[in-house]
Formats: sequence, C-alpha cells, structure tokens
Amino acid sequence: MQKFTSLKSIPVYLPIVNIDTDMIIPKQFLKTIKRTGLGKNLFFEMRYDDNGNEIKDFVLNTEPFNNSKILIAGKNFGCGSSREHAPWALLDFGITCVISSSYADIFYNNCFKNGILPIILIEEKIKELSEYSKRKEEIFIDLKEEKIIYGNNELEFDIDPFKKKCLLEGLDDISLSLKKSEQINSFEKKLKINKPWIFND
Amino acid sequence: MSLTLYDKIWNEHLVHQQEDGTALLFVDRHLIHEVTSPQAFEGLRNSNREVRQSKLTLAVVDHNIPTTDRSKGIDDEDSRIQVETLDKNCNEFGIQLFGMKDKRQGIVHIVGPEQGFTQPGAVIVCGDSHTATHGAFGSLAFGIGTSEVEHVLATQTLVQKKAKNFRINVNGKLAVGVTSKDVVLQIIGKIGTAGGTGYVIEYAGSLISDLSVEQRMTICNMTIEGGARAGLIEPDKKIFDYLKGRPMSPKNDNWDKAVKYWNTLKTDPEAKFDKEISITAEDIEPMVTWGTSPQDVISVNGKIPNPENETDVDKKNSIDRSLKYMGLKPNVAIKDIKIDTVFIGSCTNGRIEDLREAAQILKDKKKASHVYAMVVPGSGLVKEQAEQEGLDKIFINSGFEWREPGCSMCLAMNADKLKPEERCASTSNRNFEGRQGRGGRTHLVSPGMAAAAAIAGSFDDVRKYKN
Repeated sequence: MQKFTSLKSIPVYLPIVNIDTDMIIPKQFLKTIKRTGLGKNLFFEMRYDDNGNEIKDFVLNTEPFNNSKILIAGKNFGCGSSREHAPWALLDFGITCVISSSYADIFYNNCFKNGILPIILIEEKIKELSEYSKRKEEIFIDLKEEKIIYGNNELEFDIDPFKKKCLLEGLDDISLSLKKSEQINSFEKKLKINKPWIFND
Repeated sequence: MSLTLYDKIWNEHLVHQQEDGTALLFVDRHLIHEVTSPQAFEGLRNSNREVRQSKLTLAVVDHNIPTTDRSKGIDDEDSRIQVETLDKNCNEFGIQLFGMKDKRQGIVHIVGPEQGFTQPGAVIVCGDSHTATHGAFGSLAFGIGTSEVEHVLATQTLVQKKAKNFRINVNGKLAVGVTSKDVVLQIIGKIGTAGGTGYVIEYAGSLISDLSVEQRMTICNMTIEGGARAGLIEPDKKIFDYLKGRPMSPKNDNWDKAVKYWNTLKTDPEAKFDKEISITAEDIEPMVTWGTSPQDVISVNGKIPNPENETDVDKKNSIDRSLKYMGLKPNVAIKDIKIDTVFIGSCTNGRIEDLREAAQILKDKKKASHVYAMVVPGSGLVKEQAEQEGLDKIFINSGFEWREPGCSMCLAMNADKLKPEERCASTSNRNFEGRQGRGGRTHLVSPGMAAAAAIAGSFDDVRKYKN
C-alpha cells in the first residue's frame, strides 16, 4: 500500500450531505476486475451529461479543482454500498485525503486499505475550511502531527493510532495478521472441539 | 458482567486482542460474489498466498447476470468476464460455487440462509453491505470491502474495532397489510441514514419475536441503510426449525450440540446498551420513500415535504436536491404520484413469503396498462417453490414478467434498468440517485404496496386490497 505522510493541495468542496458510494462510482463501472482506471468515472453522473461530455460547472471539472488531491464534503460521506471501487476511484482521480464531519463505517475502513486519509472534523471547522477553499490556495495536511495548515491557521484532527501507523508506514495488514498464524491455529483447534459444526466435520 | 448478544458473539470469536484496541476476529462463514471478489483473488496471487479455509467460503453469481434466458450466456462482455473470473478463481482455490446454471444460484443473502450456510452465533461476512441480512439468525453479519475479502481469504480473520450496542424495541402488533419492510423503513426514517453509524443494532420486542424468519431478514437486511454495519435478532425455535435439515446445516450429533449452544445466544437481562429506542407496531403504516435516501420516508397517506418548512440549511438543500431529482413538488399527496414501473425482488424482498404477499394482492387483477412490471425471485429455489404454488401464473396473468433469479434492477448492473425519469415502485433497499438506472426515480415499498401500485398505476394503500 502507498504510504500517506503529508499532502499539499488546493482542496475541492462538494457541499452535499450523504454522498453515497453509488454517487462516487456508479454500478456500470463495477464490472472491472482491476483496481485501477476508475478515476475518469469518479462522480460520473454529476460530472458528465447524457452524451458523455463534461458538465462545465461541476466543480471537479473546473480549474484548479480538477487537480485537487483533497476533497471536503458533507456529513455521512460514503454511505450505502460496500464497494471498494469508491476509494479506488478517488485514488485513481488523485484524491488521497477526504475531509468530512462523518463517514459511513465500511467506506471509512476501505480508505485505510488504500492509503487514503479520511479526516473527521466538526461541522464548524468544515465550514471554515470550505470557505477557505474558495480562495483556491493550497492547504497542507500533516498526518504525523495530526494537523491541517491553511494560510496562517492550524487545525488539529484525531485519528486512531493503529490506522495512523498503517498509513504512515504503508503497512499491509494481511502480512501483519499472518504473523498471528499461531493464534489462528490454536483458535481453530479449539473451535473444532467446541463447535464441530462450524467445519462440518 | 452482563453482556449483549453482540458482546457474546464478539468474545467467542476473539483470536487476539491487540494493544491498539483492535482485535483479530475469526470468521466462520464467508460469502463471495463476482463483483467484489476478483481484485481480492488477484491480490492473493500477487503475494503468493493461499486461501486458508476454502470450505468456509461459499461463492455465488448474482449482481451481474441476466434474468432472461441464460442458455446463450451473457451478452455484455465485462459482465461475462467477471462471472468467468469468479468461476476460474473458485476452481483454482477450491471454493464451492453456485454458477449461473445451478438451481441453487440466487442472491447471496438469500442463498446463505436457504442452504443452512448461515447459522446462529457465527461471524458471517461478505463483500456486500446487505450482509446484515444474516443477523436475523442471531449471527454477527456485516459487509466488508474487497481488501477485507482478501484478508478473510488469506487468514480466515478480520481486524475489527468493537462497535457500540444499540437496541431497537418494536412492541405490539402490525395492522393487516403492514409488513416488516414498513417497520424497517419507519426505523430508518426515525434514526436517519447515519443514526446507526458505529453501532451494532439488536432488534428486540414482542413484534420482532412474532415475525417469521423471512420477515426478520427484511429488517436486518436494511440495517445498513440506517448506518449500522450489523443488525441482529436473538435466535429462537423459529430459527432452529427453519435451519433443520437444510443442506449445510449441522447434522446428527452436531445438530444437537449446535442447538444447545444456539439456545445460549441471548442478551443478558441487565445488559447495558449505549443507545436504545422503542417503536409501537400499531403506529406503523404502509410506507413509501419520496426522496433519494432511505430516510426520506413517509406513510402512503402522507404528502411530499416542503423544504421551505425546514430550518436546517443542509436538510433544506438536501430536500431541494432530492425533489428536483425525483421530479416531485412539495405538498403533493403520495397517492397522487403516478408510476411507470414495478420491481419485485432483491435481497430485501425476493423470498417466497414476499412473492406470496404480492401475489395475494394481484390474484385475478390486472396491472394498470401504462405500468411495466417484473418479478425477480431471489433464488432458483424460491422460483421453483413459487412455481409449485402457482404464483408465477398469478403474476403473469396480472401482466408481470416472471424472470430468472439475481440482483437485477435493485442495482441495475445487468440489463434490467430504469430509463431517465422513469418512476418505479420497488421492493429493493436503496433509492439513491441513479441506483436503478441513470435518472431513474425509485420509491421503496413493501411487496404488497408494490402490487397495489401496479394495479392502481399510482401509489395506493395496500390495506384497501386486503380482504
């Protein structure tokens, strides 16, 4: 997994609440067997008209936001379907940091498996940052220090220490879990005795 | 210490409690389908990893397959590749697969219970958010992403952080014509689409115990629409009777041992919940969603809300956006909304009891002439059962199409989709923008309400059609 340490970019603001994963990447693009190539279809229905042409006034189609790496959005971001294609599409577009006041659980977890940092801030701070985004100036995200720096201002955010470590070091959690193979072996042994029906033995 | 059912299942599956507060949790049952698994298998291959317990995973094709004649295969190339990839992966890694021509094929959350693969007290996961369905059996069941699918395949475990406990009590009796779909829509309307985020919900109360196993599945299924990844119900004799004798249910001695254990799966009377609400069943009416989130729900006798009455700016904007997308005006009566399409099916309402409920309304009646209507049974076995009972004839005589099993128009990944601005009374679970086809307008309802809408050509109170 790609590491996330810090990031500098002009943030893009989508003032919509409950952005669901169907909106982030509609189902017709889930037919892929790859993780890559979804960026061009990110927010497809808001970004393109019926003829497949870019809708000019949609924020992600405008300069400089079409190159944003940071997305600020309304609450309950990523609700709905569990599709990991949603973070894959964000990543492929170039967005590696999302800022919202809340996320749906599955989407939130999926971000960390893909080197995307989902930051949680209170509504008031979201408003402040979204106002600032109108200036089209870069902001700086420092994961190590858990800080967002914009202009002369600084904002702190909280993140689970384990998730932070995985992002900073780009850790693959399957190899971490495989280090616990002995514990898994002994759990399975006990399970076979206590609940033999689980293995249908 | 007093524990909830969720606490107990969690503790029973703890492989390793890690210092950072996360835990390695054992997974008893893993379901996979063609859409969210290919990248997981590719990941295994790239890292030279094996599937740890291939017998604990069951695969089925459902999202992408045609619901019309399947003898010629799949026309859409991408869909075909995905289905063939699942077949290839299951062969390579020794996983049992119900393919497109297998009678047992169907929607993953209908197949699991039907086969007895779903069992009380188990941790069940699937790369699909409606995995919560299996919680109806008193299991801890939740949806996961593809990276987690890969993690389960490689380790038979998942890294999880414990959620909080939320109990929703529903007491009393439902009026005739009101179903568990209306109950769960009412709950989502009440708690909101993020109301359950960070929680596991336990559904309790006299109404929940009175519900059949299949009705309970409808409630647990839509738990994710209220933000909670898992919703569960204490298992009882109805559950054990349902499971007895199913192909993958425990056999002989193991059955007795299992039932003995399953009987212990109860929340302690003194257990504390972080959040608790109660709902009275008698207050619930047949429900219809009007907007583009499942929380946008109102009684069939209600009116479209007026955004001008909303003081919260975010909510006002959200209602404005929904009404614009849905092509609806404030204060219009739900019953005055004309529909174009009816879809009966999905993991929410594609089981035999759902088809019976709709067929009972449709018997000897015709759908309105301007309405296009289809029924997609949840599995090959549901289809077979319905045909034995003659339900297919009732639907066909009413003017419905009778299709092959799959997810179909619930998410419109196959050829079954709405055209822009088409309005659909749907028994599925999501009314998001574009969910059933670009520009399509979805109203979520129960199977009985969908049948009533088919006859009337607009939303109508199903209670009028009950004898």
